[in-house]
Amino acid sequence: MIIAKSLNKIYKNGTLENHVLKDIDVEIQKGEFVAIIGKSGAGKSTLLYQLSLLDHPSSGEIIIDDVAIQKLSSTERTFFRLTNLGYVFQDYALLPELTAAENIMVPLLMQGYSRSKAHSNALKALMDVDLAGKDNSLPSQLSGGEKQRVAIARAIAHSPKILFADEPTANLDSKTSETVLDTFKKLHKDGQTIVMITHESDYAKKAQRIITIDDGKIVKRGKK
Amino acid sequence: MNSFRVGLFLAIRQIRRNNFWTTLLIVFIMTLTFLNLVFVTGILVGLVEGSSYAYRTQYSGDVLISDLPEKSFIQHSSTLLSMVSQFPEVEAYTSRYLAPAVIEANYRNLVRPSDVPDQVSAMITGIDPSHEDQVTRLSTLVIEGEYLNPTDEGYVLIGSDLLKQYSRGPGTGEGTLENVAVGDRVRILLGNFQKEVRVKGIVKSKIQEVSMRVYFVDSELRKLLGRNDYNVDEIALKLYPGQSPQKVVQALTNQEQDKNALIRDWEQSQGTFFTDIKTTFTMLGNSIGAVALAVAAITIFIVIFINAVTRKKFIGILKGIGISGAAIEISYVMQSFFYALVGSTIGTTILYGFLEPFFRKNPINFPFSDGILSAPWEGTVVRVLVLLLTTLVAGYLPARMIVKKNTLDSILGR
Repeated sequence: MIIAKSLNKIYKNGTLENHVLKDIDVEIQKGEFVAIIGKSGAGKSTLLYQLSLLDHPSSGEIIIDDVAIQKLSSTERTFFRLTNLGYVFQDYALLPELTAAENIMVPLLMQGYSRSKAHSNALKALMDVDLAGKDNSLPSQLSGGEKQRVAIARAIAHSPKILFADEPTANLDSKTSETVLDTFKKLHKDGQTIVMITHESDYAKKAQRIITIDDGKIVKRGKK
Repeated sequence: MNSFRVGLFLAIRQIRRNNFWTTLLIVFIMTLTFLNLVFVTGILVGLVEGSSYAYRTQYSGDVLISDLPEKSFIQHSSTLLSMVSQFPEVEAYTSRYLAPAVIEANYRNLVRPSDVPDQVSAMITGIDPSHEDQVTRLSTLVIEGEYLNPTDEGYVLIGSDLLKQYSRGPGTGEGTLENVAVGDRVRILLGNFQKEVRVKGIVKSKIQEVSMRVYFVDSELRKLLGRNDYNVDEIALKLYPGQSPQKVVQALTNQEQDKNALIRDWEQSQGTFFTDIKTTFTMLGNSIGAVALAVAAITIFIVIFINAVTRKKFIGILKGIGISGAAIEISYVMQSFFYALVGSTIGTTILYGFLEPFFRKNPINFPFSDGILSAPWEGTVVRVLVLLLTTLVAGYLPARMIVKKNTLDSILGR
């Protein structure tokens, strides 16, 4: 469960201040599939970065599964991300010199999995995203949709508590986007908590709940 | 431990799937850097070592026994020679009679009292030709004419630095003889005696103790000197390979032969000049090597820095998905290590497989020595280690700089 209380994010540039998130309160329950939508510059990505521990809020509190994130050191935050969170980035973010399976194996090895266990988990994760047989392909040999599904496989291979997706369909055509979203739906059906950013309201409707953000404030929260 | 595993995992794949030509270029630079580290010092030290080696093989042998400063010959030489001939370490020995003399060339053409004689001072050396050849291979240094036979009388070998046509310029002696060639007659002025002899051969060496002497067969010089006690002035010992000269010196000293003669190993007999100049050249070489090392470090730093900067986004993503900074740093350090190791290995192969044997076969012709490439293994190992250590640091620093950046900034390319 994610609880964010009075979350503020202010970017400072000299004397100029840009107040991007303004007293955001949000709760996401375990097993929920939440889409955060909003127009460009509304603050949705900034909110995701705070919730997913990629950035530090200027003020406010984030609690994930009873862990007060502000109290964690930098190393503890990194370890928390490794063991509890999964990420799918807009532009796939696969390491180009690693094969699909190796990309998935890296965080598993970091968690202490043996080489063979990490490899078998990677193959299973690829199978879960319908990419069985692509384990030895380099990212350059995969299509955009396949790359994104490898990224999803990497994010879920260690069974994270929460899966964060930052506009996962932004670089994909509509057909491929549907495939990726179907993958998310399938994962959600299996009990995965997912927080997804999108600017496409049609895609947001695939989620269980939609949070709309505008000018750094939540303007609408509720069912799709 | 997990950081190390992941670092190694990433490094291996980045090296394996890196652009081949980029890898080749970096390895090439590291190879050149390594060679620069050992080559400059090696040539400088090799200059001195070449000279030192020639001194040992052409003159002093492994142990040189000479008369004490206050004596004019080695006392009880026969006993000493008999003793060294029994030493199991001694492969061969040679004894030499020495006497300062004046060599005169144009004495037949002097007509008027004002005519200047063509003279030069030199050390007359009486040798047993076969014994001398076993120790110093003097016969191989004869560049014109022939080597002496034990039965030769009235014949001499003359050192090239005593002859104008072979003279290496000023500073090589008090003067030279003009127009003296093999077959010519010269006169030896030895105290009150004088003797006319024929030049049988010319000996050329870059060791002045060899090239500024005139060689007689020992029996003839002994008669000239009236040395009927058979006491000699120099004894050079050649030991079997692997035998310790110091051990032989100690054995002779233990038998109190140091009371009759000055007993020194080849290094001591050269005095401190060679050691001092070798130390100086080593320092000079190391200074130049330090510059090469700095260049190598900067090269690796730039390579890793560019690599890390262009991959800043991926480093951010790795951190974002929970990979520790240490693992990422290790991956870059491993890559640096790989480049340095491969470069050093190739460099070492070139050094010992080609350069070192090449310069041993084809020494550089310096005026005072035949310069070889001195590359002792222990020195090379130290240089490899220094290069590895330097590149590790040079690889670590830029990786650290990039890893320290804010994760989100790296991911977003800010």
